Amino acid sequence: MSTATQSFSRQDAGPQSADERVEGAMRSFAKEFGALVGMNIESCIHCGMCAEACHFYIATEEAKYTPILKVEPFKKIFRRESGAFAPFFKLFNLKSKITVEELEEWQELMFDSCNQCGRCSLVCPMGIEVSELIEIGRRGMYDAGLAPKELADRARYQAEHGHPEEVDKPYAELLSEIGNAHDVEIPLDKSKADVFVCAPRNDMISNPSAVAAMAKVLNKLKVNYTFASNAIVAENYGHYAGSRELQKTISLRIIDAAKKVGAKTVLVPECGHAYMALRWQAADLIGEELPFKVRHVTEFLAEQLAVGKLKLNQVDDEATAFHDPCKIVRKGGVMDAPRELMKALGVNLKEMANHQGYSFCCGGGGGVNDLERAKPLRYKAQELKLHEIDATGARRFLTSCSDCRVAFEDAREYFNWDKRPESLVELVAANIKE
Amino acid sequence: MSILEFSRGPMLHFALIVFVFGVLWRLTATFLLGFRQRRSEPRVTKGQAMAGGATVLGMRSWPHKEFIGRTAFGEAVGYGYHIGLFTIVLLGAPHVLFWQNLFGFSAPWWPTLPGGLITFISILTVMLMLIATIRRVGHPVLRRISNFDDYFTLVILYALMLTGLMTVLGIGGRYEYILAAHIISFNALLIWFPFSKLMHAFYIFPSRFLNGYMHAKKGAAK
Repeated sequence: MSTATQSFSRQDAGPQSADERVEGAMRSFAKEFGALVGMNIESCIHCGMCAEACHFYIATEEAKYTPILKVEPFKKIFRRESGAFAPFFKLFNLKSKITVEELEEWQELMFDSCNQCGRCSLVCPMGIEVSELIEIGRRGMYDAGLAPKELADRARYQAEHGHPEEVDKPYAELLSEIGNAHDVEIPLDKSKADVFVCAPRNDMISNPSAVAAMAKVLNKLKVNYTFASNAIVAENYGHYAGSRELQKTISLRIIDAAKKVGAKTVLVPECGHAYMALRWQAADLIGEELPFKVRHVTEFLAEQLAVGKLKLNQVDDEATAFHDPCKIVRKGGVMDAPRELMKALGVNLKEMANHQGYSFCCGGGGGVNDLERAKPLRYKAQELKLHEIDATGARRFLTSCSDCRVAFEDAREYFNWDKRPESLVELVAANIKE
Repeated sequence: MSILEFSRGPMLHFALIVFVFGVLWRLTATFLLGFRQRRSEPRVTKGQAMAGGATVLGMRSWPHKEFIGRTAFGEAVGYGYHIGLFTIVLLGAPHVLFWQNLFGFSAPWWPTLPGGLITFISILTVMLMLIATIRRVGHPVLRRISNFDDYFTLVILYALMLTGLMTVLGIGGRYEYILAAHIISFNALLIWFPFSKLMHAFYIFPSRFLNGYMHAKKGAAK
């Protein structure tokens, strides 16, 4: 039973033997065996409906991309090791031991063909949180030394250095250059601040105007905020790679920096997984409640709009489509803020057939953007999305996640698509009422 | 002791014991794994999160409009044979009598449907089960994710349905033997139940509720 169509890559995690890798995966998954996981695994009726919500399956019609199949090795481990009848299954070998070959085969299914977008969790008639199971599966894969090298290497580098790969110049310097280039003051390393801010590395490098836009809005709102030189990057590659420890270390860099300045709020920029990692996972990973609120920038701006601090001009009548980033909207719960901002801007919004909680993913989430070998599959899934956007008749295309913008920008080049993904926060910044 | 006496005597009692203790153990073992404490600041109150759980518990029975185009056929077939099975079990006169005898109570108020109608529903149910089976074998996704549990459960259900129909229609041999085969099939279902996907009949409630509860806490889509 083979599933792999793409070359398998192994993280460089030392000379682990096959048995040690399997043990690593099993130990890791066992850590997560709670009632919720158990319920999710035990409830599956093999109806296959999750496939009908997954863009990878819809685009390819390949059964191996069925979401619940992506966690099959871990379902097997659960039944054999922790299920109600585990001794029975073990005694009669009804669930065989997982092998390293199986885990290697499943790497593509857990990493390349899953954006952890969570759309499958909304269709399941049993209410199984499939994407959470896949996330737990990824953790098992990391502990088995079987996370894709690209993600694992970046996670380790980021945990050590604060950013995921070598850079020509320090991010603090880059931030200062962005401020100078866009004529906006960007506070760095203030000793006290109400709001602590970080920025997507994607934007710092490829779309610095989005970083400048966020600073511009905060300055206009007279927010007492700061960046910190040692915790500028919002992304969390530990989350992508499936490493609890690295994700925790990377989150702690921001948490500690925010604590140090006495921040009451940490503002997560336009970055979906950074929001998910900090807003909904960091407290659980460090084992204590966070001493500040975590807000996505669109959420924060919508709050400012609601209390009358932020006033916006009306934009032109250009037909506009908006892509809802999965980890901010569907999974993150920032359901209405982007539309409240667009309404205040008078955006002529043309909704896609699947929008808000039911939106299709950009195709790049969950670290897929970083996997070169996943590109052909990603483009197939993205084609679905591009058709949906085109069907709205929109000329302008907005979103509120830098990772999504990277994915759409790449697809734009590949398909020679006629739209450029733009930042919602940039549109807000350009239209603040004086 | 005849085969019929055995099937509705000691075998039924054994099957009921396996069913009751098996179901209880499987549910208990899952809950004993414990719930992790969630430390993130919730978006809503506990009451609102509970309401979110209740919403998914009920509303997930009907697919969201975004999915229905792709899932309608499978859902219709699934609903069809589930409704058929429940109707036969709960409103077929011989079954109502069986429940009353088994649990030792009299319920003259318990409504029943005419035998002919129940037979018709039974035939319809078997046909829907056939469609479901053909889908399971023929649909690439269903074939890929199906295992022994899926097929063995179907075998028991077919045995139960077909022996029931044979009993009513008087075909296949001596009535006592066919009835015994029907009751033995039911006993097999009870024994198999706790070990199988049939447990979804119980898991569906906590599973949907918890999904809705967790999503509501985040303000996420339900």
